Amino acid sequence: MLNQFKNKPFRSALLLALPLAISACSDDVREVEVPVEVIVEVPAPEPVPVDVSYEITVTNLTKGQPVSPIAAVLHADDDSIFTVGEVASVELEQLAESGMSEGMLSLGMTSASGTGPILPGENETVTITIQDVTDANLSITAMLGNTNDAFTGLNALDLSTLEVGDTWSGVGRAYDAGTEVNSESAETVPGPAAGGEGYNPNRTDTGYVAMHPGVVSSDDGLSTSVLTVDHKFDNPTVSIVVTRTE
Amino acid sequence: MKTLQKFCAATALAVTALPTMAADVTVEIQNITQGLYFTPIAAVAHTPDTSLFEVGEMASAEIQEMAEGGSLAGITTVATAIGADMLAEPTAGPLAPTEKVAGTFMTTDGNSVLSVVAMILPSNDGFIGLDNWEIPTEVGTYTIYLNAYDAGTEANDELIGSGEPGMPGMPAPPFLTLGTGGSGVASTEANATVHIHPGNIGDDSLTDGASDVTNSIHRWLNPVAKVTVTVN
Repeated sequence: MLNQFKNKPFRSALLLALPLAISACSDDVREVEVPVEVIVEVPAPEPVPVDVSYEITVTNLTKGQPVSPIAAVLHADDDSIFTVGEVASVELEQLAESGMSEGMLSLGMTSASGTGPILPGENETVTITIQDVTDANLSITAMLGNTNDAFTGLNALDLSTLEVGDTWSGVGRAYDAGTEVNSESAETVPGPAAGGEGYNPNRTDTGYVAMHPGVVSSDDGLSTSVLTVDHKFDNPTVSIVVTRTE
Repeated sequence: MKTLQKFCAATALAVTALPTMAADVTVEIQNITQGLYFTPIAAVAHTPDTSLFEVGEMASAEIQEMAEGGSLAGITTVATAIGADMLAEPTAGPLAPTEKVAGTFMTTDGNSVLSVVAMILPSNDGFIGLDNWEIPTEVGTYTIYLNAYDAGTEANDELIGSGEPGMPGMPAPPFLTLGTGGSGVASTEANATVHIHPGNIGDDSLTDGASDVTNSIHRWLNPVAKVTVTVN
């Protein structure tokens, strides 16, 4: 690991002769020299940071779900930004209920944001760069806009085996943040299908992140739903291609 | 079951006194759905020429019993008959949404593939399934995502009924919040072989409508379970 070498001091042991006053008895003072080892830290020459960059392309595979601007985050492998079965962070709740990604982008070691929503059939490529770290995990989150609190993305992809020029291809499934009940009502779905409320700090659903059960829609028997068959989705919801470029 | 199989494995080892292909395997199963429950899970290591179920073929009576009512009695009998190693879920209760269960067993030489089954609640005859997954010989951790299958043995009427094989309707354990008074979604099963489950339909009424399950809670998209296998 490159960063192990960063700021590692050279240790130099110097032997110094220090005069010590030793009192042997009350009226007889003599001076002796005692060798003492002193550790002096000399800063190592600062290595030039090496950029490690990944190009990430996300393609929206759904029929009618806009994917909010993606939040790509590089983090340590013991620092997941979401986990199935655990309570969603406020940052994830904000993203999943409204598409606001500022909170998610503040997590991890570094992050990169999409420039805008990715519409069905479209894709966007973002580049994320970190210095000197080649064993980060990549997580991606983005809201499925015409839902209460569905998000898609990637959970902790281990990048340690990806050499420069290597590509990883995969898909993202739909998750439910568990923070807002899936009423699918016009008041609570923020996407273009409804224009309802986005983030609301009140938590009204199961309380834990899980796989999303899909939207029901008014066409399929949920009378309170503003959604139609045009907004139904199945897994996978996005395709993801990650290439290490440097 | 686990103790018995461990005893068998030890016996085989003692008799042959040869290096064995037996593996020390930990299996963790997580229910990754938002609103479904699983009945006690059977993880079975067996020989590749045997199979608990096959997509496109009629389910065995033992799979039917598991998929319609959650009983592992038949599966246990079959596992013993084919010399399989079986890890039945150590807890008797259901596996609630996002909960995990894990166990470790020593597989016998030759039992090189893993199958996993458990009934999905609420459903008529839905089950999570892993069919003859080859257990890697290399030490490591492996992740598999499971789909929901339909045993093809019962019409998906989605009505509270019976968990007995061959009897219509779904078992209705107390931890499920189900409606009543549904008229029935389907009265026949058009595909009598094991197939990918089409999913629950449900409705948004607890007192009438076609189904006794709730459409905004009891539907799912695949995958429904995450299996983490660690070869120790």
